[in-house]
Amino acid sequence: MALKNVNEDETFSDHVSISIPDHLFTERRRRKVEAEAVVRPSLNYWQDAWRRLRKNKLAMTGLVLLIILVVLAIFAPIFSSHSPTKQVLTDQNLPPSKTYWFGTDALGRDLFARSWYGARISLFVGFIAAFIDLFIGVIYGGISGYKGGKVDNVMMRMVEILYGLPYLLMVILLMVVMGPGLSTIIVALTATGWVGMARIVRGQVLQIKNYEFVLASQTFGTRTRRIIRKNLLPNTMGTIIVQMTLTIPSAIFSEAFLSFLGLGVQPPYASLGLMTNDGLSAILTGYWWTLFFPAFIISLTMYAFNVLGDGLQDALDPKLRR
Amino acid sequence: MVTYILRRFGAMIITLWLIVTLTFFLMHLAPGSPFNQERNTNAAVQKNLMEHYHLNEPIAFQYLSYLKSLLHFDFGMSITQPGQTVNGLLAQGFPVSFELGMMTLVVAVLSGVILGVLAALKHNGIIDYLAMTLAVIGISVPNFIMATLLIQELAVHWHVLPAATWSSPKHVILPTIALATGPMAIIARLTRSSMLEVLTQDYIRTARAKGLSPYKIVVRHALRNALLPVVTILGTLTAGILTGSFVIEKIFAIPGMGKYFVDSINSRDYFVIMGTTVFYSGFLIIMLFLVDIAYGFLDPRIKLHKKEG
Amino acid sequence: MSETILEIKDLHVSFTTYGGEVQAVRGVNVTLNRGETLAIVGESGCGKTVTSQSIMRLTAGNITKGSIRFKGKDLTRLTEKQMRDIRGSDISMIFQDPMTSLNPTLTVGKQIIEGVERHQNISRHDAERLALEIFDWVGIANGKERLKQYPHQFSGGMRQRIMIAMALVCKPSILIADEPTTALDVTIQAQILELFKEIQRETGVSIILITHDMGVVAQVSDRIAIMYAGKVVEIGRRKDIFYRPQHPYTKGLLHSIPRMDSEEDELIPIPGTPPDLFSPPKGCPFVARCPFAMEVCEQYQPITTAISSDHAVDCWLQDERAKQVTFTGEV
Repeated sequence: MALKNVNEDETFSDHVSISIPDHLFTERRRRKVEAEAVVRPSLNYWQDAWRRLRKNKLAMTGLVLLIILVVLAIFAPIFSSHSPTKQVLTDQNLPPSKTYWFGTDALGRDLFARSWYGARISLFVGFIAAFIDLFIGVIYGGISGYKGGKVDNVMMRMVEILYGLPYLLMVILLMVVMGPGLSTIIVALTATGWVGMARIVRGQVLQIKNYEFVLASQTFGTRTRRIIRKNLLPNTMGTIIVQMTLTIPSAIFSEAFLSFLGLGVQPPYASLGLMTNDGLSAILTGYWWTLFFPAFIISLTMYAFNVLGDGLQDALDPKLRR
Repeated sequence: MVTYILRRFGAMIITLWLIVTLTFFLMHLAPGSPFNQERNTNAAVQKNLMEHYHLNEPIAFQYLSYLKSLLHFDFGMSITQPGQTVNGLLAQGFPVSFELGMMTLVVAVLSGVILGVLAALKHNGIIDYLAMTLAVIGISVPNFIMATLLIQELAVHWHVLPAATWSSPKHVILPTIALATGPMAIIARLTRSSMLEVLTQDYIRTARAKGLSPYKIVVRHALRNALLPVVTILGTLTAGILTGSFVIEKIFAIPGMGKYFVDSINSRDYFVIMGTTVFYSGFLIIMLFLVDIAYGFLDPRIKLHKKEG
Repeated sequence: MSETILEIKDLHVSFTTYGGEVQAVRGVNVTLNRGETLAIVGESGCGKTVTSQSIMRLTAGNITKGSIRFKGKDLTRLTEKQMRDIRGSDISMIFQDPMTSLNPTLTVGKQIIEGVERHQNISRHDAERLALEIFDWVGIANGKERLKQYPHQFSGGMRQRIMIAMALVCKPSILIADEPTTALDVTIQAQILELFKEIQRETGVSIILITHDMGVVAQVSDRIAIMYAGKVVEIGRRKDIFYRPQHPYTKGLLHSIPRMDSEEDELIPIPGTPPDLFSPPKGCPFVARCPFAMEVCEQYQPITTAISSDHAVDCWLQDERAKQVTFTGEV
């Protein structure tokens, strides 16, 4: 008997119906609330992303760390009473103290001033390289993706070949040819670095180009430039920002790596990679501070960018969230 | 599949040629390079170089003869060490570097995959938290810093392991760890996110609906699909390990290719730089090619897509 | 009199989310008879999929109350391990999207055979023979070669046949099909539905068909349960539901599909949307959309009234007192 259980309520229902007041059996009046849809405060994409980012403790730690690092890198060398390059021969290899907060190196230079000066160089290289990558990559990838067809085909073939080159090896080669120095590092890092950004922007543009809302504005006869500015750019922004937060630490790492190999920033100027290389001898001498501070600052900077990048990825691309 | 391999092979040859050409002409532009006619080497070496690289001939001829010698796997000779050829350096250094690189790759892939899978299976649990903290640290600490820290703590301070050179299996441990931490962290993160995604797929639910055990579902259905993205980054990781070995070999005084390369950079031994760069690039590009082919075999969908496309 | 094979009593399932607890299923009572097709119909979010996945214990939600009796056992009380012995063996399931429901990196043969090996103690060779037989049976030609192929080498309809083969290979007594034709073309839909009928004729398997499509229901069901907002609001034989619908929601559903046999040529959509199950309404969940809503519907849950021995409805309009109410339809 299929409905046995459903029907068990039958006797019970008679009993209930008695207890329900008769006056309720009238036509129901429409409640006012129903007419108005529940209005939730509507947040735009960026407000929503910021709300999500703020909830992510790790990403916020990264952001705060980064702000502290940037502030120190800008202001610490200025306000320090010591110069990052001045050698005080009577004050060699001093451990951290009240005068020298991070101690001094083998040439009697103040490590506090030097470390933050080095951090400034690292951050500078990171940001500039990322912005140049962004500039070239967005233009190249944007054109390739938007034009499509033959143009896209040729442009992407070139990118594919460049992408196949071993990145750091090419950078080393360029540094050997151009000679060490800050400006050559940036040129070497961006010479092949923009390729990644171009690929990503192109992929995004290609995808968004075919969305209905872009097709719609094309049918209305909107001009290309306006479509790019109003439709394509805002929608690729999230991915671009995420890519940038990944480019910056990779550029910082590359600079440190090159300076460590002696191909980067040259003495007497300080760079964190160079200082780590100088600090290598600390293993034998026991002057731990010459290695510890620059190494710690590089690692902290990379950490801050990495966790912030992860957080931004989650916040800006809700589709990828889990 | 055959057309796919052929097309990838063609692209590989073009990239290789591009690298050789780029390296050759860049070396001509370099200040103080022997190609640049500013010679500061001794007469005997100069004579040798003149002959080997045809430095008196027009540049086009030099280029063609360089290509020709590369086809015979002749990578050139040293300026600073008379009589030393790049092939000779490769024969000495490459086996050591290859051993270190392979050890690193195996350690990084195994530990990375295990960490990533555990983290994904215990999503938001304590293992996940620990594994991901480890991974972020692994990505944030550059390999040369990791190397110095390891030497400082384990070799100098605690005397647990030898700090430098390359003579016993014990000597392999520290450099391998220093070099493997970064790639391991990248693999762990990638495996975790890809595993988490695969576990939400419909076919996992199908597998559960068949009554399969969690172990079988993970091993048979989830892992294989989750590892596909890991395979795709193996080529890039190899490149990272290779460049990383430059500094690691220098720090640990390991007599590998990387050490010779760094030495040649410091002494501006242009022919060795050129020869090793070409060799390294060739090695890496062949690795990338092999990884692509392997991917084609692991993912049955690739074959059809490439045929159609 | 048909024999009951599965009996769901007062099933409650809820999900814990960021926003709070969602009560997706709120007291479902349904029975399934041997050899029949029971269709569970409703719009998306009504709890039909959650109900079906609860039978397999595959839902991500928590079964907070109620029981599911099958072969003398309460499935809600089995351990996960005991449950695994039932899944794929006694009760099988087919999912909506055959494109994503098959593992892309394993051959379809392996995916079928692993189910057989899990539940039956037979040799690899016999398992392969069984897979071949079942392929033939669900209408896939060249079985021997096709078993070695990967899912992407099959069309959508073929993949759904593979899913059906996979579900039937261990000869289950219940087959749950969750929107099995939704992702398919109309012509393929008809073929798959025909296959279901054939399977049932030959094996006597009981089928639970989850769908939102009254057209599909009209073709294959014996009995129909209409679900709305986590409850079964009306249940009856196919004829009862199509020709003597009692619940205003059922009527609304029937008016919103095109029919060849009806004189009305106008399709009337049901206005509004289902209630938010974060905070389920106090009274009848359909009250806000119902053209015949009374004050009582707002405040009291309707009770189940039997229309006949097979047909029951949850609606206050069945109350004697409702007959005197006049509806002006004014807003």
